[in-house]
Amino acid sequence: MNRIEIIHPSGAEQKVSSLYADLARRGAVAPAGNCPVEQSAAFLTLCVSQSCGKCVPCRVGLNQMSLILNRILEGGGELEDLDTLERLARAIRDSADCPIGYEAAGSLLESLQSFREDFMAHIQSNHCTATFVPVPCKLGCPAHVDIPEYIALVKEKRYADAVRVIRYDNPFPAACALVCEHPCENVCRRNMVDDAVNIRGIKRMAIDNAGVVPAPAPLPATGKKVAVVGGGPSGLTAAYFLQLMGHQVTVFEQRKKLGGMMRYGIPRYRLPEAYLSADIDAILGTGVKAETGVSITGERYEQLRKEFDAVYIAIGAHAANSLGVPGEDAGNVLSAVELLRAMGDEEKLDLRGKRVVVVGGGNVAMDCTRTAMRLGAKEVKCVYRRRQKDMTALPEEVEGAIAESCEMVTMMAPVRVEKDGDGNVAALIVQPQLPGAYDRGRPRPVKAEQEEVRLECDVIVAAIGQVVDSATFAERGLPVNRNNLKSDAGCAVFGSEAVFAGGDAVSGPSTVIRAVEAGKTAAANIDAYLGFHHVLERPVAIPDAPRTAVGPCGRINMAERPAGERKGDFALMEICMTEQEARQECSRCLRCDHHGMGSFRGGRDKKW
Amino acid sequence: MVKLTIDGRPVAVEQGTTILDAAKKAGIDIPTLCYLKELNEIGACRVCVVEIEGQERLSAACATVAEEGMVVHTSTPRVLDARRINVQLILSQHNVSCTTCMRNGNCKLQKVALDLNLQEEPFEKKPFSSKWDKTFPLIRDGSRCIQCLRCVNVCEKVQSLGVWSLTGTGKHARVEVTGGKSIRDVNCALCGQCITHCPVGALTVRDDTQKVREAIADPSKLVVVQVAPAVRAAWGDAVDLPAEAATEKRMVAAIRSLGVDYVFDTDFSADLTIMEEGSELIEHIKEGKEGPMFTSCCPGWVRFLKLEYPHLVRKLSTAKSPQQMFGAVAKSYYAQLLGVEPERIFCVSVMPCSAKKYECDVSTVNDAAAKDVDVVLTTRELGRLLRHVDVAALPEEEFDQPLGTATGAGVIFGATGGVMEAALRSAYYLLTGRNPEADAFSEVRGLEGWKEASFQIRDKKLKVAVVSGLGNARRLIEALERGEVSYDFVEVMACPGGCAGGGGQPIRDGQELAGERGERLYTLDRSYALRFSHENPAVGELYKSYLGAPLSHRAHELLHTEQENWEL
Repeated sequence: MNRIEIIHPSGAEQKVSSLYADLARRGAVAPAGNCPVEQSAAFLTLCVSQSCGKCVPCRVGLNQMSLILNRILEGGGELEDLDTLERLARAIRDSADCPIGYEAAGSLLESLQSFREDFMAHIQSNHCTATFVPVPCKLGCPAHVDIPEYIALVKEKRYADAVRVIRYDNPFPAACALVCEHPCENVCRRNMVDDAVNIRGIKRMAIDNAGVVPAPAPLPATGKKVAVVGGGPSGLTAAYFLQLMGHQVTVFEQRKKLGGMMRYGIPRYRLPEAYLSADIDAILGTGVKAETGVSITGERYEQLRKEFDAVYIAIGAHAANSLGVPGEDAGNVLSAVELLRAMGDEEKLDLRGKRVVVVGGGNVAMDCTRTAMRLGAKEVKCVYRRRQKDMTALPEEVEGAIAESCEMVTMMAPVRVEKDGDGNVAALIVQPQLPGAYDRGRPRPVKAEQEEVRLECDVIVAAIGQVVDSATFAERGLPVNRNNLKSDAGCAVFGSEAVFAGGDAVSGPSTVIRAVEAGKTAAANIDAYLGFHHVLERPVAIPDAPRTAVGPCGRINMAERPAGERKGDFALMEICMTEQEARQECSRCLRCDHHGMGSFRGGRDKKW
Repeated sequence: MVKLTIDGRPVAVEQGTTILDAAKKAGIDIPTLCYLKELNEIGACRVCVVEIEGQERLSAACATVAEEGMVVHTSTPRVLDARRINVQLILSQHNVSCTTCMRNGNCKLQKVALDLNLQEEPFEKKPFSSKWDKTFPLIRDGSRCIQCLRCVNVCEKVQSLGVWSLTGTGKHARVEVTGGKSIRDVNCALCGQCITHCPVGALTVRDDTQKVREAIADPSKLVVVQVAPAVRAAWGDAVDLPAEAATEKRMVAAIRSLGVDYVFDTDFSADLTIMEEGSELIEHIKEGKEGPMFTSCCPGWVRFLKLEYPHLVRKLSTAKSPQQMFGAVAKSYYAQLLGVEPERIFCVSVMPCSAKKYECDVSTVNDAAAKDVDVVLTTRELGRLLRHVDVAALPEEEFDQPLGTATGAGVIFGATGGVMEAALRSAYYLLTGRNPEADAFSEVRGLEGWKEASFQIRDKKLKVAVVSGLGNARRLIEALERGEVSYDFVEVMACPGGCAGGGGQPIRDGQELAGERGERLYTLDRSYALRFSHENPAVGELYKSYLGAPLSHRAHELLHTEQENWEL
């Protein structure tokens, strides 16, 4: 008999772990709008099944909680049940012997607090307040673009129609085809089968093959005038929809050109000029007027309020956070905004032969890192105080940067900037960190018991976030919250008649599609404020849903030009799908608008 | 055209046709349960699943479009097994108590189970519990509901009301009154379309047959029955009598056989309604009052207007419905003719309607007695009372007199456009002093949901509209409010096709019978000697000896009402 043996997982163990893998995938795309009480009950049932059965609170208590939850769900709950549940959950959290029990109870305790009203509705009127969301991607998209519809159109090679469908909700189909963070894909139900549909890639396919698709004709003129301050994605979206509704919009843009952060933030290798201007040209094609190179002073703002029937402020978040360490006044310490803004105006910095350190872990940091490499830097280090997996940048951006020979220097926090004799940067001194306790989903970095590290460099780019430069408007009495402008869910600014605000200026730095959402919301509410209820009609009829979907099939990811080649230029690095790839990828769409709840409550909003 | 093969038979269908319809075209019947054409094509019950060659999984025939070259098999063992299991699963949530269910023998679930040769219920049974106020005319038994969602869609898509919703998710997903409210607290018009579209016995109309039996057995009561126009077009379906045998006169005989004292005709009071409402219309036009006058004979419509557009209630004609006019006349004029106290008369009406049960309880609509109409029965309840009667063997009989005399104008009240047409026939006479051709206004007939017509009568151009279905009523009102349309007179019936398609009519699952039943009424109209309400001699006599003239003081007292004061 062997004293010790190599253990191979049994068939049952293998299957169970694959069940958990399925569960993780399902969990990641849990249908939106499922009854939260139901979900909590199901989660508890799973937790009970994981209990070893030794200690009482876990073995018996979790099951008792599950029984009470089920009674509530079946309409037999009493108000006292909530108190019982709460006491029980506390006792289990406090007294179970291991996390199988105490984590489960803690989680239920949070549920009881987070959606108490739903528990109450079940108990008091046997009614559930949840509304199941039939088409997850459509909800996941902040602009609520009808994704299944345009995928069906791309599948039929009706590319121009697909662009029309996207533009119905989002006037930046080309920009979003390249740079959207695609929150739609995170919730794609296809994740339950294998992996999300490559929705952004399919959009790119439509854009690359549609040719020039002009915007629809505006509705009859209303005689109303709207001023939009800021020519970025949010301002231009509002301008586009308001113009289509018949109002005359004028956009005032501070910089030389329109586009906002899409031009002065996102580098051209991700979003080439041709794509950006295709969207902007279509928007201007509706009759939107634009004045560029105009800064809106307080005085001018008051004038706009007099001259226009409504004002939409979408000034973005263009002021940079500083490093906040000694020596940052050294020469050649730049902010991400300075670097990328110059690029937007085609004023390329010469970084040939330079050693560049970029500080930050977001998408802007990656843009700076990769831009620096393309500007000829000898070496580019990206310094971040957390782990690589904690970076807020999209993983493919980080991987792309690494492939382009940029280096990720993680778990390092900047301490000070060391200057050379001329007062220029000589090095960035960083302090090694340790991942500590979790704070809002990520471990907070804490100082490690290690020596400081000296990173020699010629240029430092601080990409550690931007803020809103709202002083002009704050002085004129607009409400602000830590520099961000304040507006309600309909983008109306409290206390200022006819003034609306949205986009990064309100939310702080966010994505293009979030800015589009705000612009669309503002447009609808400005239209209503002006006394109208214009309805924009859908442009095309949707093709029939095909037969039920195919079985598991790999997702087609976007290819990129080879790293060695692309890192030397600013040409678009991503390669469009082939027709064959697009056909296969489109056929992976499950058509949730037609199957499942979609056939009952999916349909589509024919107007907004 | 798309060519495909179903069970070995080639079939060619239009692009966009479902497999279900394609199979029907090939003479192949695929069973369905939740499916209702154009209303509920949601693939919820999965009973209509079929096998498509090359497809890994089965597809719902009702929601899958036929494609070129498809090879479909509709009854392979795999398909049949899936169907059986799915129906057994439905049964595990269904309170299978067929013997005490109103839909026993006329239940889609029974039929599907029978056709699939189900012989056992293998799954643990757990129907949803339900609480309901059984005094309300519309009753829902949640334990019988199979969550097919037909009611949700009919109410929302056809009637634009959304009384029903799906609440909860997962295994607790179920139909409820929207928002978990009481049915009395939502905007239910009581049209009963959810009931006639329910495949099982989950939605029913309150049964009042016992009250009628008790009245018949009570020697102190004189039981007077009135029968609505649309009932005669459909009662055969309630007693399994073919249309040829289910004549109006045999219906009279069948009702009389129950032991009631008098069998009268609501058509009589329909003629009376025309005299009042027609005169009101002429006044309305002559005085040049703003906007249209709406008909008021449909209580579902009156409820809808009160709930959804209360500011427009004043536009309703003040004339009571034929049912209530009949009750008022029966307990005044007729009681006097018989020389009995009105309290001795027990007035029963047989209606194609569920909302009439509400209407007869509205306090301000009862003017001759505490209740002018004591009990309202639906056509289906009439069928239930007649279950022990061999109706086929009964010889035909006539209505009693004088409240059984009617004209063709009264008969067509039961079809959409009928009230309008009857009113126009008499309005023409009142304005010109002579009768038009009886069929001069046939333009307002037909099943279209929103019809318009204009007629020149003397120097007056009359612009009218007829809508049926509350969704259409809503569209018309919205257009009126936006100033896009204008009319002098508008007829509204809550049920699509009018009373012929009423919520109290016999149910034939999956069939919309309003057209066919309405057609029977037009046939009757043509067969009548008298086709103008103003020529009804019994109505004439009523005015002469009792009411005076249309819109007289007494007529106002007995035959008119202020709908603004109706309680809901």
